[in-house]
Amino acid sequence: MIYTKDLSKTYNGTTVLNIEELTIPKGQSFGLVGNNGAGKTTYFSLLLDLIKPTTGNITSNNVVVDESEDWKPFTSSFIDESFLIGYLTPEEYFYFIGELRGQNKADVDTLTAKFEDFFNGEIIGKKKYLRDLSKGNQKKAGIVAALIGQPEVIILDEPFANLDPTTQIRLKQIIKDLAEKQGVTVLVSSHDLTHVTDVCERIVVLEKGNVIKDLETNPATLKELEAHFAGRAVVSQEEE
Amino acid sequence: MIKHFLNLEWKQYFRSSYWQKNIAINILMVFFALYFVAMFLGLGFGLLFILKEMYPEQDPFVVANGFLFYWIIGDLLMRFFLQKLPVMSVKPLLTLPIKRSTVVNYVLGKSALSFFNFLPLFAIIPFSIMLIGDGYAVSEIITWLFALIITVLIINFLNFIIEAFSAESELSFLPIIVVVSVLFGLNYFEIVPMTSLIGSGFLAIANHPIFILIPIAVLIGCYVFNYKTLIKKLYLDSSLKSKVAEVNASDLSWTERFGDIAPFMKLDLKLIWRNKRTKSMTFLLLIGVLYGLFFYPQPMYREMTFMSAFIGIFSTGFFLINFGQFIPAWDSGYYKLLMSQNIKYEQYLRSKFILMVISVVLLFVLGIPYVYFGYKILIAHFAAAIYNIGVNTHVILWGGSFNRKKIELDKKAAFNYQGTGAVQWLIGIPLMLVPMGLFGLVNWLAGFAAAIALLIVLGVLGIVFHKKLMKGITKKYGDSKYKMIDAFSQDN
Repeated sequence: MIYTKDLSKTYNGTTVLNIEELTIPKGQSFGLVGNNGAGKTTYFSLLLDLIKPTTGNITSNNVVVDESEDWKPFTSSFIDESFLIGYLTPEEYFYFIGELRGQNKADVDTLTAKFEDFFNGEIIGKKKYLRDLSKGNQKKAGIVAALIGQPEVIILDEPFANLDPTTQIRLKQIIKDLAEKQGVTVLVSSHDLTHVTDVCERIVVLEKGNVIKDLETNPATLKELEAHFAGRAVVSQEEE
Repeated sequence: MIKHFLNLEWKQYFRSSYWQKNIAINILMVFFALYFVAMFLGLGFGLLFILKEMYPEQDPFVVANGFLFYWIIGDLLMRFFLQKLPVMSVKPLLTLPIKRSTVVNYVLGKSALSFFNFLPLFAIIPFSIMLIGDGYAVSEIITWLFALIITVLIINFLNFIIEAFSAESELSFLPIIVVVSVLFGLNYFEIVPMTSLIGSGFLAIANHPIFILIPIAVLIGCYVFNYKTLIKKLYLDSSLKSKVAEVNASDLSWTERFGDIAPFMKLDLKLIWRNKRTKSMTFLLLIGVLYGLFFYPQPMYREMTFMSAFIGIFSTGFFLINFGQFIPAWDSGYYKLLMSQNIKYEQYLRSKFILMVISVVLLFVLGIPYVYFGYKILIAHFAAAIYNIGVNTHVILWGGSFNRKKIELDKKAAFNYQGTGAVQWLIGIPLMLVPMGLFGLVNWLAGFAAAIALLIVLGVLGIVFHKKLMKGITKKYGDSKYKMIDAFSQDN
């Protein structure tokens, strides 16, 4: 589904991302972890053609993303609040995204009705603009908007941050369902190792822009990841 | 503390992407500043001779004082549109051990150093020197000079008070219009003879230096008022817990007839109606319509036919220019979303195009009553409208692809008078000067009909080649996509 080849991004001589080869098959729930500056958001931005790769490219469903725009109909994403339009209400925002993705109001209503639990009664019908919602509620609206229009690829950057515990648990179920039941390729990044191992079939660890671990999730994965990140901390302390 | 503030601002200014990418505009601004300085210097040195020439029977000093009222009004009006209270991001400072009063005093103090305060000095000081040279008492003129400097500062702070009120009000131009027209009306209908009142006031100060205490008191009053308004805004809850606006939803289903651009039309209309910054734009439509009334009642302008082309371009294109120059910055807050969504750039741009065309047609229709001042005016306005639709819409869309400055629509925080700066007014020049120059030239060479025909032909050409032009413009936007995304995600 998503094939990355010789991809690198360099800012003023500093390489922030360098992936030789990475294949993400269709229907996989894919987790990206790494410390700050590891290149997670850079990779997602490249995947959405928001920045230009220095070398190489990403092919999504046989479309080279920085050459054609044909990946847009089957790809959706929520990276941060700048993906929200502050002066719309959540409903209007959903309808707007729906219209862009060829969905009518009824389609959108059917979809959002499924997320009543997730919204916890704080999003729909509140007559509030998105800019007036709390950070957590903004995030909920943004994540659900990314599910509109049966996308085949969904990219969520740090979806668990800013959410309350109940919502985190519900979101995990939603992401699992997407990949397992609907065959959607879901790409998630997170700082929370527990969440990622709960949700993702496969976890890739980035460090300073390089892929240093590529794991199939199994019961021992969380331990392995924790050991990896703790070990790094120990090493860097020794270095100091 | 001041040292730290200055350091911060220096860095903020020179490290912003805006500065680095717009050296040309900065140079142009410096050029304009120098031009105005030269003009004012010329006025300062020449005024005495001009006054002696025009009013040989009267004391030029007294005459000059008679004009001060108009200067004050004009200065106030100009500042409202061009000068903004210096912005400082205060949130990071609030938790640091800095007194709130220091921050406010600093911001207000800095505003006193604005270019707009120095500009009048270039006229006032030479004029004073000339007066002294002409034999006026030195002490008298020096006192007068000081009174004027204080007046400049009063205008400076008065402007911020007016701006503070207009930030609160729905129609942001209302306060300044009310203040200026009330003052002007009082004078014009001789209810209160402001001209002579202010004139004799300054003469009295010149003669009795003790009266200078009055303007000083007014200045202190204005400063304290500003201080009190600002310090109230220096609490987080006024910016974080801003009042939650009730949604006003209106039925926009009529946009459906525009087909695939309907979602963007709806978005644009909501953008305009739901943000304070853009709401004032609707008010601009009114100014656009009434603009001709400044000129046409005077027979002098009616005879200058090329003026009606200029007024036509300006009044039918008022919304076009003011809305168009910020494309696509209006959408800068969520530009990443638009770029990763399933949209075509061309539809997005065409929606803005249609919106501007509608505004031009609307303004032209509303301006039809100008036919009262002569049928030629109506013809000129018609030609100007066609030119606006065919040429200026494309020019401004094309210009938008160079836009690198973010607009924060939802920022209601304190100290936010973010608005049209002088730079944005400069963009209007090519849009208006080119058609005006062409019209004037052909009008002079071949007559009125040929000049009208030229504007219409150019406009029609633009309309005929609309698809082609849009293709080129779309490509231009596509080429600068990454640069725009990058610039719009920066804070300054």
